[in-house]
Amino acid sequence: MKLIVNGKDTSVSEGLTVSQLLVEQNVKMPDMVSVELNGKILRRADFETTTLRDNDRVEFLYFMGGGRGAN
Amino acid sequence: MALTDKQVERYSRQIILEQVGGAGQEKLLSSKVLIIGAGGLGAPAALYLAAAGIGTIGIVDYDRVDLTNLQRQIIHHTGDLGTEKVISARAKIRAINPDVTVRTHQTKVSGENISEIIKQYDFAIDGTDNFPAKFLINDACYFENVPFSHAGILRFDGQLMTVLPGKTTCYRCIFGAPPPAGVVPSCSQAGVLGVLAGVIGSLQATEAIKYLLGIGDLLTNTLLTYNALTMQFRKVRLNRNPDCPLCGENLQITELQNQEQPVVCNLKDCKC
Repeated sequence: MKLIVNGKDTSVSEGLTVSQLLVEQNVKMPDMVSVELNGKILRRADFETTTLRDNDRVEFLYFMGGGRGAN
Repeated sequence: MALTDKQVERYSRQIILEQVGGAGQEKLLSSKVLIIGAGGLGAPAALYLAAAGIGTIGIVDYDRVDLTNLQRQIIHHTGDLGTEKVISARAKIRAINPDVTVRTHQTKVSGENISEIIKQYDFAIDGTDNFPAKFLINDACYFENVPFSHAGILRFDGQLMTVLPGKTTCYRCIFGAPPPAGVVPSCSQAGVLGVLAGVIGSLQATEAIKYLLGIGDLLTNTLLTYNALTMQFRKVRLNRNPDCPLCGENLQITELQNQEQPVVCNLKDCKC
């Protein structure tokens, strides 16, 4: 099936869960990623049980610090 | 407040913009913007806001200028090494534009002091480098109803979002709570392109000016991501989260708390 992951068309196998997608996409530290599925922020607890469907839009959102100082 | 002839001349290139005009310039001169963190993001934001004639600029920082800062924190110069960052930043702002009143807050923001500082301003810029501070700013701006610009940078990537508290998606809507200490790398561990801070900090200043003037479309309900290697900007539409512990349907955070998270690894005196 086809997903749109971070704006890019991506082909994946049927029945993939969000957790499996994170692994398949080589996302480092999947516990630290926020996932938006079709415009809704998904609870982290639901990553494993949420099955993706054809044409789903998925966004991975990453913690980013940076800015001030080196301390 | 009427503009002087010198001010009309100084700001002429933006006064001639239809969306700014003399009235807009007067608005900027009577506005107050707080910059939290006089670092990579805060430096370009402070310089551009000063040049644009923001009447009052507050700078919060507890630190002193260090040699590793100079690669990106362009408000601090080699001669400022060892100087308090708020003092160094104030000197450059004044040198650019004596119209600006600078308020220095030489402190680390905490649950105890942030509300008192933030509520003196019309808009805040989050230029901090750590997650407890980012969540603290998000929460304090919510409780004091101060709009702010969130931003983060790492390696070649940056992101920013503007938050109108209680009205648009907040930082907690997306990220919930700070990550455990040391799990997400910091710039001192993973590096950052100096000019990336310039790009993102300048975008934060742009958002501040647009908000103050009431022009254009703010980056609300939208996270703008940027990668310097691919030169790709992306706008990710993010709706408010009904499960948000701060501004969602079930209020879980009803007062300001210190966001405890031990300091992450620092290359200079790394203990990890």
